Amino acid sequence: MNSAGAAVIGAVFNLNHPAHTVDWHFIHMSVANVVVIALMLVVFVLALLLPFPGAAGRRGGKS
Amino acid sequence: MSAGASPPKPPRPSSWTVRVREAGVAALPPEKLLPDGQPTYVASWIYVFGVASIASLVVIVASGSILALKGPAWWHYTGVGHFFNSIHMWAVELFFFVMVVHLWGKYWMAAWRGGRARVWMTGAVTFLVAVPTALTGYVSQQNFDAQWISTQAKDGLNSVGVGAFFNVTNFGQMYSYHVLLLPLAVVGLVAAHVLLVRNHGVVPPFELDKRAAFAPAKPSTDPPAATPAGGHL
Amino acid sequence: MSRLGALLRPQDDTQPWKGRYAPYDLVKEASIAVGVIALLAILLSILFSSPDDRPSTIAQWSRQLPVNFVTAAATELDGTSGTAGYGPPYNHNSKGVHAAFLYPQKWLGVSHPINTANDFVIDPLKTVPNDPALQSALAQYQAAPPATQKAWGEAYAKPLEEYAAAQEEEKPLPKTVALDPTTGAVTVQASDTGPVATMMAGLLSLAKSGGLDGSLLTSSQFFQTDYTKPLLFMADGGLLEERADAQHLLGEQWGMMNETGSYPGQAWLWLYSLWYQVEPFKESENADILVLLLMSVLSLAFICVPFIPGVRSLPRKIPIYRLIWREHYSSGASDTTGR
Repeated sequence: MNSAGAAVIGAVFNLNHPAHTVDWHFIHMSVANVVVIALMLVVFVLALLLPFPGAAGRRGGKS
Repeated sequence: MSAGASPPKPPRPSSWTVRVREAGVAALPPEKLLPDGQPTYVASWIYVFGVASIASLVVIVASGSILALKGPAWWHYTGVGHFFNSIHMWAVELFFFVMVVHLWGKYWMAAWRGGRARVWMTGAVTFLVAVPTALTGYVSQQNFDAQWISTQAKDGLNSVGVGAFFNVTNFGQMYSYHVLLLPLAVVGLVAAHVLLVRNHGVVPPFELDKRAAFAPAKPSTDPPAATPAGGHL
Repeated sequence: MSRLGALLRPQDDTQPWKGRYAPYDLVKEASIAVGVIALLAILLSILFSSPDDRPSTIAQWSRQLPVNFVTAAATELDGTSGTAGYGPPYNHNSKGVHAAFLYPQKWLGVSHPINTANDFVIDPLKTVPNDPALQSALAQYQAAPPATQKAWGEAYAKPLEEYAAAQEEEKPLPKTVALDPTTGAVTVQASDTGPVATMMAGLLSLAKSGGLDGSLLTSSQFFQTDYTKPLLFMADGGLLEERADAQHLLGEQWGMMNETGSYPGQAWLWLYSLWYQVEPFKESENADILVLLLMSVLSLAFICVPFIPGVRSLPRKIPIYRLIWREHYSSGASDTTGR
């Protein structure tokens, strides 16, 4: 009944199966969405912490 | 010539073209429109998420244009079509990803300061318009996902009366909104947002010693610090 | 200026930057960004592709769940289906949902009129050729007074509704509804159903042949892109919901955020989905309008952050900015003069 049709063509990882969920109290989120949100937080923190190139240019930069 | 007399002002041009051009150039002279330098405080990876949002939008429009060229059924029955649909879908996920990280950065910088409220507001409206842009895409897929999302979303939209003129189960209408009307709105809003940033400049950092100005005064044996002339509050 | 105006006016003393600039190539940065994002999107496409679950059709629904199909069709005929009692924009049979004195669903009116008995049952059946018994049943139904039509419809629907309730509660199924395994015909034991049983059997046959999909879509004109009628009819039945449940797309499964399969969906709808899971929205009949009104207020607040006291001063109080501008602060260029 749940025919996926010609869904996956050449994908390395087949994601065409019902999602696993993260369940906590009233929160039930799919693993994929939780991964996306977690990655956003990680990327945000990394963006704040990682050094940005070009410091030497900015110290001697033109005004 | 008597002292204090100012030179006569040139008459205001009657040509609309000249007026528009002069207003544009006054607001955004070329070196402000496309500067080749940035203030030295622009020194963090958080600053790349704005341009990453624009880049994602470019990839969305490019992949979407290929899908539009071939029509809405193409991606269901060819491998190449399915691949371009995948690029379009992942570019949308990347777009929201980087746009929200950009939003978080701009919030914690209080980037609306210094007369930049409209920059924040155009950015916020862009996000809010991007959401229905994505929704119209989801209901235009012509697959089970589109059937389910449209039959569910109609209830929310009908509840506030929007469903009376925006029918998510009407594929023709939704496809038109998705391919033309809403992308134009998003691109227009992004353009306004970026031009406002170019006009006002990137928001400067918070002043650190402003907090010392509000700290209670305490007796000190140190020599008084020199206060910078004509500087900050 | 009024006190409210003074409160809302952005309060900051940010001065224009008069300090140093460093070379920064915006066009190169944008070009690199487009390249990186394009490569990322292509890589994700190669690794994971994208979902494309085939759509359901009325023909599939009638073949896979014939009793459910006939139950839905009976409720469309007797006016008790979800669509029949929806109200605007489809009909006037309900005032729709409301929030206190706000009835926008009613106020915006019926812009897409649907009469479920005529549009989903009678008009499609009229197109069936070479079936004099069916056309005679139709004629008998249409000639009857409304009260008689209603009585026939309710008599026929009652056993079907009991059957559906028993299925949902996982109780023994009543024998008044039977599905013939060889012919696929649905038989309902009820008295005084008039011509309704013949009409329902005719509609089931039409649906199984694929004719009902086409009939509902092109009822008004040959070229059609509006799938409202077939979709509303299917949504009144159980097939779409059954597939959605399996894919975690139902409301109580936070389905608005989800995608079919294990793909990420619309994660940005997290707050909108959240309200439906908590009281007072969870059990409310008016949840849709209440949640949307709340989200509208929050969206307006989001746009107006620069003017909201407290919210606009939080970034100053929680110094994440010290990380962002640490190079600037440590270089001693801590004022606008750049000294």
